[in-house]
Amino acid sequence: MSTLAIETRDLVRTYRTRKSAQNPSGGTVVAVDGITLQIPRGELFGLLGPNGAGKTTAIKVLVTLLLPTSGSARVAGFDVARETQQIRERISMVSGGESSGYGLLTVREQLWMFSQFYGLPSRAALGRIDELLKVVGLFEERHRRVSALSSGMRQKMNLVRGLLPDPEILFLDEPTLGLDVGAARDVRAYIREWVRQRPGRTILLTTHYMHEAEELCDRVAIIHKGAVVVTDTPAALRHRAAGGSYFILTTSLLDGATWLGQVPGVQRIDARDGDGSTEVRLELADDGVIAGVVKALADRDRRILSLRKVEPSLEDVFVQIVGRRLEEADEAVGRRE
Amino acid sequence: MSDIPRATGLTRVLRASRGRSYPRIIGLFRERSWLFYDTVLPLLGTIAFVYVYKALGAPDRFVGYVIMGGAAMGFWMNVMWSMAAQFYWDKQGGNLELYLVSPCGLVPILLGMSVGGFANTLMRTVAIVVVGAVLFHVTYVIHQLPVFVAVFAVGIIALYGLGITFASLFLLWGREAWHMANLLMEPVFLGTGFYFPVRALGFWVAIGTSIIPLTLALDALRQLLFPETHPALLPVRIELAILGGLAVLFAFTARLSLRKMEFLARREGRLSLRF
Repeated sequence: MSTLAIETRDLVRTYRTRKSAQNPSGGTVVAVDGITLQIPRGELFGLLGPNGAGKTTAIKVLVTLLLPTSGSARVAGFDVARETQQIRERISMVSGGESSGYGLLTVREQLWMFSQFYGLPSRAALGRIDELLKVVGLFEERHRRVSALSSGMRQKMNLVRGLLPDPEILFLDEPTLGLDVGAARDVRAYIREWVRQRPGRTILLTTHYMHEAEELCDRVAIIHKGAVVVTDTPAALRHRAAGGSYFILTTSLLDGATWLGQVPGVQRIDARDGDGSTEVRLELADDGVIAGVVKALADRDRRILSLRKVEPSLEDVFVQIVGRRLEEADEAVGRRE
Repeated sequence: MSDIPRATGLTRVLRASRGRSYPRIIGLFRERSWLFYDTVLPLLGTIAFVYVYKALGAPDRFVGYVIMGGAAMGFWMNVMWSMAAQFYWDKQGGNLELYLVSPCGLVPILLGMSVGGFANTLMRTVAIVVVGAVLFHVTYVIHQLPVFVAVFAVGIIALYGLGITFASLFLLWGREAWHMANLLMEPVFLGTGFYFPVRALGFWVAIGTSIIPLTLALDALRQLLFPETHPALLPVRIELAILGGLAVLFAFTARLSLRKMEFLARREGRLSLRF
């Protein structure tokens, strides 16, 4: 048995666009552009990137819904192009905003129906359905029609559907998309719990929520314009962010802060004057340098209004690598579309 | 949480088929309006033709032909709207992707749709036959019951095989599913002889329209119900043999078109993205 749950080499997936009056011969969109990944069994791996980065297409190749245009991909040791049945026996998939199933069925009936596609015996399947519904807090709604569920309830139900066959590898494509804060928190909590209970099970999660990737993932690949730009643990990625941690200092108005850059150990400053105060972002050689900054301000009779140390987030890493914030990248895709 | 052993092979096929047939069967009881729309409204169309024959002073057996055609029409509509067009709806709703990645594959799911749809339609068929008997005093005497059952069963298998083939084709034709289903309604009503003995179209035309299994199935069933009077297209046993051939042919084309559809879907992303 392969030790890798998922392995891709130079994976490329392109699409031909439809012909139109503006583009009579059609065109080609490169959705996935040479992705190479190695995900060991038992890992919760995140693909992080803005809308249109290629995350969903990559997942669709891995779950055998799309063929690679070039390169290769293996899931549970099997080739996605040729060994689809072996892969389908071992995986499950849940997508955010999914409206699958049939509205006239109840939650329990719907989940039972899907369990049958995996060959689960009815009695055992219903037992597991009840068990999982309790865990995600949907047990009381088990006899409610699917058409009457809120989007949060529906997504919890979809998550239960994905977990029902107890897959070796679970693909979660934006599992908290469109959920309110509480429902998203519940879903994340259960994903963590499932991984804890089932060591050896692998999850590939796509998200464009930084905090979700930080909270859940053992390792993260940042994907942008179809290509993986960096892969590491969230902690290591944060550490890589330029300057590591930094300080945000708010003082009474400084009227120019370049002199602060001359304090020994200050590597970089960005100052912004506001309404009667100045906010300074300081990157220091080490934390001890802050004492010299405070003394320099005191020597010039500048009052410190607040001071906090900030650990870099994946957002910072993303900004550093891609050159803009995740939301801005999303908006750029939206404008292009 | 304990591991649950999963069935494979035939057991999984049967479970998956049962699972997919469930929404269709339960829908019959849960959505009473479906019963009204699917049974009462088409019945009105059938009754209209009965009155046309009565107004023309046609022999009573024509009422029987129409009632039989009306009963069979339900199966055709079920095959068009609930089989052929179903994958299109399932694609829009996100079910098709889940069906494709499930280990049972599409065939058991289509079988389940067929069985569920058949059970659903059977009720409508029975209602039309009963109404025919009560309102218009049509008497049904089945000659050669085993042959009657065989024609019905083989005809249904061939018909649903055609439906599965269309399911793939409609999906590949994409947005035209709705129009395709519409296109195949009235011409089929005419070509298969829903409201009249198909022989009236002329022998060779009727042979041509026999590619739709309902043509021969209806003709054979009418021969067995009205043996003295029905103008047969072909002898019943020959029609049964041809229906058997069509069942095999459509089982083959269904499998081929499903494979083709899935391959194109994976290669071109037709089921996943729309540009």
